[in-house]
Amino acid sequence: MKKKLHCLSLVAFLALAPQMALAGKADDTFNVAFTVEPTTMDTYKETTREGYILARLIYDCLIEKDTSTGEFKPSLASSFKVTDDTTLDFVLRTDVKFHDGTLMTADDVVYTLNMVSSREYGARYQIAVDWIERVEKTGENAVRIKMKRPSPLALEMLAGNLPIYPKAYYEKAGPAGMTTKPVGTGPYRLVEVSPGSRYVLERFADYYAGSPKGQPAIKRIVVRVLPETNTQYAELMNGSLDWVWKVSPDDARRLQSRPNLKVQSTEILRYAFIGINPNFQDKKSPFADVRVRQAFNYAVNRPAIIKAFVGGSAQPAYAPCSHLQFGCTYDVDRYEFDVAKAKALLAEAGYPNGFSTELMISSTPKEQAEVIAANLAAVGIKVTLNFQQYAPALTAWREGRIPLLMGNWGSYGVADAGLSISNYFSGTADDQVKDKKVIDLLAKADSSMDRDLRKKDYHEALKIIASQAYLVPLWTFNVNTAFNASLDFKFDADEYARFYTAKWN
Amino acid sequence: MLTYCSQRAVSALLLMLLISLVAFFLIFASGDPAVKIAGEAGTAADADRIREALGFNRPLAVQYLSWLGHLLTGDLGRSIYFNQPVATLIADRVSTTLTLSVSAMLLAVAVALPLGIAAARWQDGLVDKLVLVFAAVGQAMPTFWFALLMIIAFSVNWQILPTSGSETWLHFVMPSLALAYFAMPTMLRLTRAGMIETLEADYIRTSKAMGIPASLILFKYALRNAVVPVVGVSAAQFGSMLAGSIVIESIFALNGVGRLAFESIQRSDLSTVQALVLCFSFVYIVLTFLSDLLNAWIDPRMRSIYGNPA
Repeated sequence: MKKKLHCLSLVAFLALAPQMALAGKADDTFNVAFTVEPTTMDTYKETTREGYILARLIYDCLIEKDTSTGEFKPSLASSFKVTDDTTLDFVLRTDVKFHDGTLMTADDVVYTLNMVSSREYGARYQIAVDWIERVEKTGENAVRIKMKRPSPLALEMLAGNLPIYPKAYYEKAGPAGMTTKPVGTGPYRLVEVSPGSRYVLERFADYYAGSPKGQPAIKRIVVRVLPETNTQYAELMNGSLDWVWKVSPDDARRLQSRPNLKVQSTEILRYAFIGINPNFQDKKSPFADVRVRQAFNYAVNRPAIIKAFVGGSAQPAYAPCSHLQFGCTYDVDRYEFDVAKAKALLAEAGYPNGFSTELMISSTPKEQAEVIAANLAAVGIKVTLNFQQYAPALTAWREGRIPLLMGNWGSYGVADAGLSISNYFSGTADDQVKDKKVIDLLAKADSSMDRDLRKKDYHEALKIIASQAYLVPLWTFNVNTAFNASLDFKFDADEYARFYTAKWN
Repeated sequence: MLTYCSQRAVSALLLMLLISLVAFFLIFASGDPAVKIAGEAGTAADADRIREALGFNRPLAVQYLSWLGHLLTGDLGRSIYFNQPVATLIADRVSTTLTLSVSAMLLAVAVALPLGIAAARWQDGLVDKLVLVFAAVGQAMPTFWFALLMIIAFSVNWQILPTSGSETWLHFVMPSLALAYFAMPTMLRLTRAGMIETLEADYIRTSKAMGIPASLILFKYALRNAVVPVVGVSAAQFGSMLAGSIVIESIFALNGVGRLAFESIQRSDLSTVQALVLCFSFVYIVLTFLSDLLNAWIDPRMRSIYGNPA
C-alpha cells in the first residue's frame, strides 16, 4: 500500500509539472538566451547591444545595409537620394503597417527623427542623431533630411540605428509605454514582456512585402535573460535553448562535441589595443620617444596570444580599426614580434636596461594582459598591471593620469572607420596624442561625402599613426555562437544578431 | 513595551540613514557614475551630458540631501539606468525573491529542527554522525556548485525540472533546495548544541526523575529553551536571503531583488542602489525585531526585558 502511494505521488508530480518548453523546430519557436538584460524598447535610450538586437526585430528604418555587399537598400523608403552634401531625400512606401494596424506615413518619419535628434529628448548615443538639422515633409509620401554638416555616416546611422516610431502611439503612450509595449513596423512584434527576464516575439502577419529584411520564417522568438552561462549551456544541451553567444573558447570546444549542437566563430568589428599617451608627464616619460613606442609594438607576440587566448577567427590588428570597416587598411608600417629589434630600439632611445611603468586594463581577460606583461618584461619593460572597471579607467585616461590603457573598441557595430580611428585620434577627450596632422586629416575625412577622398585621408592618417606608433593595435575579436544543429542562422560581424533571418533546416 | 518599541524604531531609523549615507558615497568612490552610465562606448561628451542632466556635477552633500528630500515625500526616485520608477522595479521583482526565500526558509527549518533534535537525542550515535556529515557538506559546498550539480541531474540528464525562470512552482524547486541547503547547517548545529546543553540541565533531569514522558520533555521543555538562539540566527539568515541570494538568482535566472541590487551597483544606478539599501536595512531591522518578539513568546523569561519601562 505504502509503495503504491509513492508511485501515485510521483505521477501526481509529473502530471502537475507544466510542459517543459519544447525547443526549436518542433513548435516553431526560436529560443535565445542573453546574459545581459535589455533595458528598454524605447531604443534611442538603449545602450546594450541586446536591446538593439530586439529593436531590429520590432522596428524598421528608412534604409537597410546589405551586410554581405555593404550596399544601402531602401526599406521603409521605396527610394532615396543623396541630393547634395547636406541633403537626403526619401520617397516612402505606402503599404507599410505598424503593429497596431495603422499605416506608416511621412508624418511618422518627420515626427520620430525630429524628436530623437532634439537635445531635450536626450538620445543615449548623440553620435547617431546629432548630425540631423531638421526633417521635413516634402510631399504626401516624401521626406527630406537636412544635415548640420556633410555627414558621411548619415546613411550608416539611418540603416538600422534610427527606427521609425508611430507618431500617434508614441504621443499617447509616451516613453514609458514604448519601454515595455513598443509598436513598430518590424518583422516581429513583441507580445509578452517580463522586463529583465523574458521577451516573447511573434511573426508580424502584415509585414510589408519587399522589405530588405525578407519575410520572417520562424513563428515565435523567445528571448530570455540567463545571467549564468553554465545555465545557458545546460539548457542548450537539454534542448530548451536554441542559440547562445559570447561563448568562451574553452566552452566552445566542449559544446562542439555535442552531436545536436553547432559552434560558429565570427570575426567582429571590435579590436583590442593598448593606447599610449606620448604626452604623459609633460612629455618627460619614456613614451614621448617614438623609438620606445615602436619597441613596445615589436615586443608583443600577437600571433601567440591570439592562438592561446583569443582563438577562432580573430586576426592581428595593425591599425586602430577593423579591417572589415570602410576606410580601414592595414597597409601601414607593421611591427611584427621581434625581441631583438625592440631591445635595440630601447637601447638607442637611452633605455638599455628598460624601465618601469604602469598598464591600466579595462574589459580585457586577465591572462591576455599577463602575457603582454611577460612579453614586455622580456625586452626590459617592467609593467605593473592595474585592472579597473571601464569607468575609472576611462576617466584616468581622459585626464591624462596614466601612460597606457589596454581596452577594446567596437565602433557601435558600424563598419566605417570614421567611428574607430576618429574616436581616439580626432582631438576629442579620448585622444591623448593630439597630433595636429592626424586631427586635420580625420576632420576632413569625417566630413566629406566623397568616399574615395575619405579613404585616402584615413589611409594618410593611419600611416602617421603607425609610423609614430601612437598605440599598440593588438587583434580583432571574434564571437563564438553555439546553437541547435537544426537552426540555419548566420551571425554578422557587426554583432547585430539578425534573428529575423533565421530558419530551420 | 511601547517605550522599548519607539526606542528601537528611532535607533533603527538612524541606522538606516547611516547605511544609506555610506552606500551613497561608496558609489561615487567606485568611479564616475556619469561615465558608467554612458557605457563603455560612451564618449566624454556623452558623459558630460549625463553628468549635467542628472546633476552629478553638484556637490555630493547637495545630491544626498536632495535624495533625502525626495524620500521624505515618499519618492524612492527613478532608476537612472532603466528610466523607470525604482518602486516599480522593486515591486516587479519582490514576489520572486519572497517566494524563493520563504520556501527556502521553510525547507531549511523543516530539515534543521528535526535533524538537530534527533542528533542531540542520540548524541554521538550513528544518527548524530550522519546528520553532522550532512550539515558539514552543506556548509562546505559552494552554493553555485550544488546548484549546477542539480541542473545537470534534474535538467540535463532526467529533464524533469526547468533550469531557469519563475513561471511555475517547479521553477522554484532547485533554487529553494540550493538556498535551503546553504542556510540549514547553521540552524541545525545551533539546534543540536542548544538541545544537548538543555538536556543536561537540572530541570530536565528533575523532569525525567518525575517520570514525565520523554517526548514531552524533548519537545515541550527542552526545545523551547534550545530554540531561542536558532530563531535569532534564522531571522538574520532570512534577511540575507532576501537581500543576497544573488548567486542563486543568477544561476536560475530568477529576476529578483538580489540580482537587481548586484547589477545596479555595477551599473552605478545610484537611485536604485540607494532605494534597495534602504529597503534591505529596513527588512533586517524588522526581522530582528520580530525575532525578539518571537523569542519573548517562546521564552517567558525574556518578556521581563520589555516589561519594565525604565
